[in-house]
Amino acid sequence: MARLSFVALIALTVCALGLVTSQHQARKLFVELEHEQARGKQLEVESGQLQLEASTWSMHTRVERLARERLRMRSPEAKRIQVLEAPPAERQ
Amino acid sequence: MRFAHSPVLAPTFPPWRARLVLIALGVAFGVLVGRAAYLQGWNRDFLQAKGESRYSRTLEIPAHRGRILDRNGEALAISTPVKSIWAMPDDVALSARQLAALAGALGVPREEVGRRLAATERDFVYLRRQVPPETAERVATLGMPGIYQSKEYRRYYPAGETMAHVLGFTDVDDVGQEGIELAYQSELAGRPGSRRVIKDRLGQVVEDVESVREARDGRDLVLALDSRIQSLAYAQLKRAVEHHRANGGGIVVLDATTGEVLALANLPTYNPNNRAKLVGSQLRNRAVTDAFEPGSTLKPFTIALALEMGRLAPTTLIDTAPGSLTIGPATIRDPHPEKALTVEQVIQKSSNVGAAKIALQLPAAAMWDMFDDVGFGTAPQLGFPGEAIGRVRPYKSWRPIEQATMSYGHGIAVSLVQLARAYTVFARDGELLPLSLLKLDGPPPGKSVLSQRTAGMVRHMLELAVEPGGTAPRARIMGYRVAGKTGTAYKQENGGYVPGKYIASFVGFAPASRPRLVVAVMIDEPTDGEYYGGAVAAPVFAEVMAGSLRILGVPPDAPMNPIELPPAALEVRESA
Repeated sequence: MARLSFVALIALTVCALGLVTSQHQARKLFVELEHEQARGKQLEVESGQLQLEASTWSMHTRVERLARERLRMRSPEAKRIQVLEAPPAERQ
Repeated sequence: MRFAHSPVLAPTFPPWRARLVLIALGVAFGVLVGRAAYLQGWNRDFLQAKGESRYSRTLEIPAHRGRILDRNGEALAISTPVKSIWAMPDDVALSARQLAALAGALGVPREEVGRRLAATERDFVYLRRQVPPETAERVATLGMPGIYQSKEYRRYYPAGETMAHVLGFTDVDDVGQEGIELAYQSELAGRPGSRRVIKDRLGQVVEDVESVREARDGRDLVLALDSRIQSLAYAQLKRAVEHHRANGGGIVVLDATTGEVLALANLPTYNPNNRAKLVGSQLRNRAVTDAFEPGSTLKPFTIALALEMGRLAPTTLIDTAPGSLTIGPATIRDPHPEKALTVEQVIQKSSNVGAAKIALQLPAAAMWDMFDDVGFGTAPQLGFPGEAIGRVRPYKSWRPIEQATMSYGHGIAVSLVQLARAYTVFARDGELLPLSLLKLDGPPPGKSVLSQRTAGMVRHMLELAVEPGGTAPRARIMGYRVAGKTGTAYKQENGGYVPGKYIASFVGFAPASRPRLVVAVMIDEPTDGEYYGGAVAAPVFAEVMAGSLRILGVPPDAPMNPIELPPAALEVRESA
């Protein structure tokens, strides 16, 4: 009887420690998850800011100004435009 | 002597003492049991909540406002988090030097910061709202007690003034105040949520207890607007308004196949990212909220009605001699008197007398129905706040002179958006389309207003108006057939016409063989000599139409011949 109790006590102790460890593990993993989620949010914010920046840089007026001033581009004159008929197969 | 019989051990105390101790212990035990039962039985919920509050927290889950995108996915408005700096004045004790450092970091005058912190009767004062992250960082490194930061959202508009009127803006709490931001507030706004969590002693969240309310981010809005066409339209409008030293102006570009608004710009405008010195006139979305007397751009509707009722054919001669028509006390005049004009020429040369004579043959009720059918006098239902419905008086009160003047766009008021929409009738074989600010998947069902035959005849007349000999040769563009009509109207102020003040307009569509775009231009009070619609508004139309057709890759329907303008002396001018 005493021996059975002793074995049960050992088993109980092992189980209790196991519970504590797994709870601890779970919490650690959860903290990690939270961190990653926060990072995800942060990256989302950053992507929004980058999108904003991209939009600002690619504003039509700015691109046109740069094309005209820095690259010295201009619209072709009427004489230099050639209109090609697409073959019927390529038309939509 | 045996130990048990020692006299020292003999009971010398009376037996009641032992019983007393026993009872006392029993009572004490009873009190403990009672207390335990009280705490765990009756008071349990309260105590449990108290205990949980030591480690569980309710966290706010922020939700951001939806973005606004153009039809090609270009970002037009984005909310991004910024910090607001606030203080609890009671907890703040700063030396003069610290105050100076704080004011420097915030970029707010020292006196102002001092004044705000001196308001000790308040628990909460903003020191500065919506600062960039770097400023917030600098304030945080000062590490002053009683100074806190909170996260807020600020909206940025990369297109700035170009799209100010369409997009509108949000206030400091990111709530829509104008334009699309206001019209679609409920869709764009996010709903912050909250959740309950358990925190450990380091303040880290270690367990999710429950989600109190789900957070919902705002929906992204995809507009019908094409930012390339929009910036082109804005730039051309701005150039014309500056060149003609005008009061303002508006331009609307519609997709004739779907009714989508591809561009909508107004002047004067403002920069939505910096609204410090804003005045009311800059805020007005004229193209949508202001009705004006459109002038000759309305002539095609009267003519279309006459054709539809079978009263006339395009080649019917109208006697316009001697270039003036007197009805009661009023006289209608043409600037270039002609003996007789065909119906086609009435449009081409924009004859007021011709249009008035045609209108007088028509029943007033039918004319009113025509105006009503093409959307004059009803809001265009774009969803914008404050859309003008215009002014079309009930036909029962029309006098003959009014019916005559309405045929050439006086005594009736419409907004530029209404005017552009009405022209879809001619561009689409008689069908009127509902307008949309949002990108559509396919064309919505339209409403048939005119027969296909009549619409085709009017389209041909509108093509003649931009040919040499018409009022708007400057509206032509290379490689495409253009159809359109000029308008030059006296400006109405306080119920009367003001001499010398005009509104020049042009509405048209292209390519005429298979219309793709409708463009309407309005220039308010050009003061630099020229004021005719054909000279002021038509060139803007041509530039915007040519550029937009190129951007959209619409195949040309005319030979690529350079445009030659007729000599100035021969140009046909319409009357105001």
